[in-house]
Amino acid sequence: MAMSARDLDKREFFFGHKACAGCGGSLAVRIALKVLGERAVSVLPAGCMSAVGFNFPQLAFTNNAFITPFAATASVMTGIEAGLRQRGIDDFQVVGFAGDGGTADIGLQALSGAIDRGDNILYICYDNEAYMNTGIQKSGLTPYGAKTTTTPYKGSRRHKKDMLAIVAANGVDYAASASIGYLEDYIRKIEKAAGITGTKYIHVLAPCPVGWGFKTDETVDIAREAVDVGAWSLREYENGEWKLNREPSRPQDLELYMKRQGRFKIEKQYQEENNYAGE
Amino acid sequence: MVERLAEFVEDGSLDAEFIHVESEHSALSAAMGASLAGVRTFTATSSQGLLYMAEVLTYAAGGRFPIVMINANRSLALPWNIYGDQRDSLSLLDSGWIQAYAENAQEVLDLTLMAFRIAEDTAVRVPFMVNLDGFHLTHTYEVVDVPTKEQIDKILPDYDPGENQIDFENPRSFGFTAGPEWNASFHKAHHEAMLHAWNVIDRAENTFHAVFGRRYSGGVDAYRCDDAEYVLVTLGSVSGLCRQVADSLRESGVKAGVLRLRYLRPFPDEAIRKVLSSAKSVAVLEKDISFGGAGTVFTNVRSIVPAKLNVIGGLGGADISAAQIAGIFESLQAGESGVKWL
Amino acid sequence: MPLKSLPNKAPELTAFEGGYLVSPNGGWRSVRPVINMNLCVHCGQCYLYCPDGTISPELCLDYNFCKGCGICAKMCKRGAITMQKEADYA
Repeated sequence: MAMSARDLDKREFFFGHKACAGCGGSLAVRIALKVLGERAVSVLPAGCMSAVGFNFPQLAFTNNAFITPFAATASVMTGIEAGLRQRGIDDFQVVGFAGDGGTADIGLQALSGAIDRGDNILYICYDNEAYMNTGIQKSGLTPYGAKTTTTPYKGSRRHKKDMLAIVAANGVDYAASASIGYLEDYIRKIEKAAGITGTKYIHVLAPCPVGWGFKTDETVDIAREAVDVGAWSLREYENGEWKLNREPSRPQDLELYMKRQGRFKIEKQYQEENNYAGE
Repeated sequence: MVERLAEFVEDGSLDAEFIHVESEHSALSAAMGASLAGVRTFTATSSQGLLYMAEVLTYAAGGRFPIVMINANRSLALPWNIYGDQRDSLSLLDSGWIQAYAENAQEVLDLTLMAFRIAEDTAVRVPFMVNLDGFHLTHTYEVVDVPTKEQIDKILPDYDPGENQIDFENPRSFGFTAGPEWNASFHKAHHEAMLHAWNVIDRAENTFHAVFGRRYSGGVDAYRCDDAEYVLVTLGSVSGLCRQVADSLRESGVKAGVLRLRYLRPFPDEAIRKVLSSAKSVAVLEKDISFGGAGTVFTNVRSIVPAKLNVIGGLGGADISAAQIAGIFESLQAGESGVKWL
Repeated sequence: MPLKSLPNKAPELTAFEGGYLVSPNGGWRSVRPVINMNLCVHCGQCYLYCPDGTISPELCLDYNFCKGCGICAKMCKRGAITMQKEADYA
């Protein structure tokens, strides 16, 4: 029986953090921990969520949580899992929360190593599509056309890396993409992943009002619209099979989705200057 | 090293989880995670591998995880070289780890056993790096007294990580951020723990002596230094040859002594001052150079006593001969100073 | 969530009680959510989607930690939550 919002643990495990108002990433962490509960051990590399959740003495995680080097999310998780198992403890879930840069760029090697070993860990990438914590620098998951502070040539001219395909190619046991706009789907995937022994990867789209250029109350709406217009897809990979969980309901509105966000204004300019007809 | 440990785990003689990693960065990261989980951890590395995990060294040290690591001292690129020198670990002297330097294979084994006890002591809780000369010690054969489990149990109590471990009853945040108002107090505590390690090292060596009959001497190993006028300070496997040279010089009337540094961090400043206070002239021989400055060991020693001569040798595995060592003593007698290359 | 006092001194190790909160976030707000219980149908969407977890399942708002982002008001299909000027509550 799938878990619904009402079945979630009523306790908050990520509370009082200093994330910006309307932060999508903090919602992704909060909900994941409410699914996993008090036996979760959180592992966070340098990034938004570690920066906002661990400022001694303001410590926002109420379960065991540890900051790791930027590139070391997966390998620290490996060590924790092995260590707890060695102590004879078996009812726990080691969960990592790394951003898009920490996952698709600097942490990719360690993640690949953990998948290669088949370690029993749950890796969650909260994807806000740039290095938001350090000032909106481009990451490997910044989408085509988005302006960042390190893309001087009319925004990013590259598409996002397909992390799901990458982890699948590495032999991951379970992978899924999700969006904080569709929490019931996200909750179901975390719950499912927690029940699988092996390396699990969940990639959740987590819009950032500051970096994307929209009002703080639009975060969830935009995360939902990203799925509806096909800018982001809700997928699952299991036993070598791919599944699309939701068809885009209004793919014709991709431009509307982009227009709502300041970061894509530059793309419009680019298209006009280059007499770009669109696809 | 880890290859033999894999064999021990496979044949059941070592009750451990063996984690195969894709990089040194991940090796120490996984060791840190396991230490956080509350178990005893060990890893090993060398050369560029140590530098690749450099970032994690400060995490492990600042997080006060009592990880024990053996580092085979080997040269750094470029030019690329696989032989021994001490530039790798000496360049990371400030990473917050205890750093010890062994002279022979027996001492590597003995130091490693004591390292767990010292690092894990609740008054210390600092990771411990056992250094040995690459090739001179890693790729040569030596008869070694291997302890029994009963002997080890006498010097190494069960591991108790205290509050520095995952606890589901009292969940904690670990390795957090600490701003300007709190930051220094963590580092001061770390520094003081390192200084306190001397007491713990002393106790560990006494217990070790009682169990094994082998006596170690803390931060330094002084040879014929009591009345020595000319003392050569060095570290690692070259020390034995230095002692031989000192012996022959003594026969010809030169009051020569050798001071082998066993620990670089904590730095044995008091022991060095005590041994070298009456020496007329002091030279430091090391397999290391801090480019544009001097040898790192020399710089440290000179902060305690007015050492004059710094001899850089053995880089990239170059042999250091008895004649060259005798030459260093001659230079000392001639009053030479500064940085000199063998 | 009640606040705790600043520790007298730093711990020796970087290990400390989780969920230790010493400073509120409510001061960030320029607007605050107010729930009209006559319109609320207890669907729980505001509780679910709050990034800060400041709306309890029983719909109690923690104004100590609410940052006033307005997501709850946006999520409420019944229009039961309005964002009101913080200045009016000063």
